[in-house]
Amino acid sequence: MTAAWPICLGYVPIGLAFGVLAHNAGLAPWEIGFMSLFVFAGSSQFIAVAMIGSGSAIIPIILTTFVVNLRHLLMSSSLAVYLQRLSAGRLSLYAYGVTDESFALNMTRFREGGWDWRRALVLNHTANAAWIVSTIIGGYGGQFIPAGAFGIDYALPAMFICLLILQIRGGLYVLVAVISGVLAASFSLLFPGNTYVVLASVLAATLGVFLRKVYGKGSAGKEEL
Amino acid sequence: MNTDYLLLVLGMGIVTYLPRWIPLIFLSNRRLPEWLRQWLDFIPAAILSALILPALVTTGEPRQLNLFQPALLVSIPTFIFAWKTRSLAGTVITGMALFWGAQKVFS
Repeated sequence: MTAAWPICLGYVPIGLAFGVLAHNAGLAPWEIGFMSLFVFAGSSQFIAVAMIGSGSAIIPIILTTFVVNLRHLLMSSSLAVYLQRLSAGRLSLYAYGVTDESFALNMTRFREGGWDWRRALVLNHTANAAWIVSTIIGGYGGQFIPAGAFGIDYALPAMFICLLILQIRGGLYVLVAVISGVLAASFSLLFPGNTYVVLASVLAATLGVFLRKVYGKGSAGKEEL
Repeated sequence: MNTDYLLLVLGMGIVTYLPRWIPLIFLSNRRLPEWLRQWLDFIPAAILSALILPALVTTGEPRQLNLFQPALLVSIPTFIFAWKTRSLAGTVITGMALFWGAQKVFS
């Protein structure tokens, strides 16, 4: 459970901010908690609340949510490698807790070893609880909590930076990360929404596989061709 | 709570859950081809970078390029700290402290 603290720390300011916005859009605290429980996806919840506030119909909000959260498809695919021999029920429970943050942290732990699905699941649900509680508190009056205190807004970016470093295991990974980052930044300027995450990651990872094939890693790699 | 809101949240929940669930169910307990394993192996680094960099170099909605912001400045020592120590806790604390300081200087 303690492994989840960077995520929880990061969720508190975002959750409070979300609660305040949702409150301003006319949602009661328990309605806010209901959304955090059933959806559990920060950025799409922010967008949904903004759309509710501007009087949008239900279907456009659901469609937008779908597109915004498609990136989890990639994350779950990547996690599947480490979640072998689990029952469908456990996988279904695990799927609920897949977020950008839990994915990044659990993937790193799985790769380092000494990590199993039980711990990963506890981490998911600890983060989930932190998210639900902080959004509800925000709905009750999070505007009284000073924004930006102790640099807490940087908890998640700093966590992502460290997890990115931990994912680098050779020059090819550096190359993939740099290409993905540059593509993502460029796409984010060109297209609205957050499809840039999926687009950039897919292109960069594909290029990584291609480069590994072309340059190989010694004779073993070439024999596979 | 009205029915509309209930339907909205349930709809959002379903379309969010399915992309999380489908790959776990269909890719777990299955032997994946080597190219797919390699591809999935690159995904974490690619996604993390795709999440981080736009947040550091763009601001606003619609996003605009903005290289003069504390988040980007602070990311440089944060990267170096993470690289040298490989400590998650240390990086988070250091990043927060630097960002707190940078915000005071910038504002």
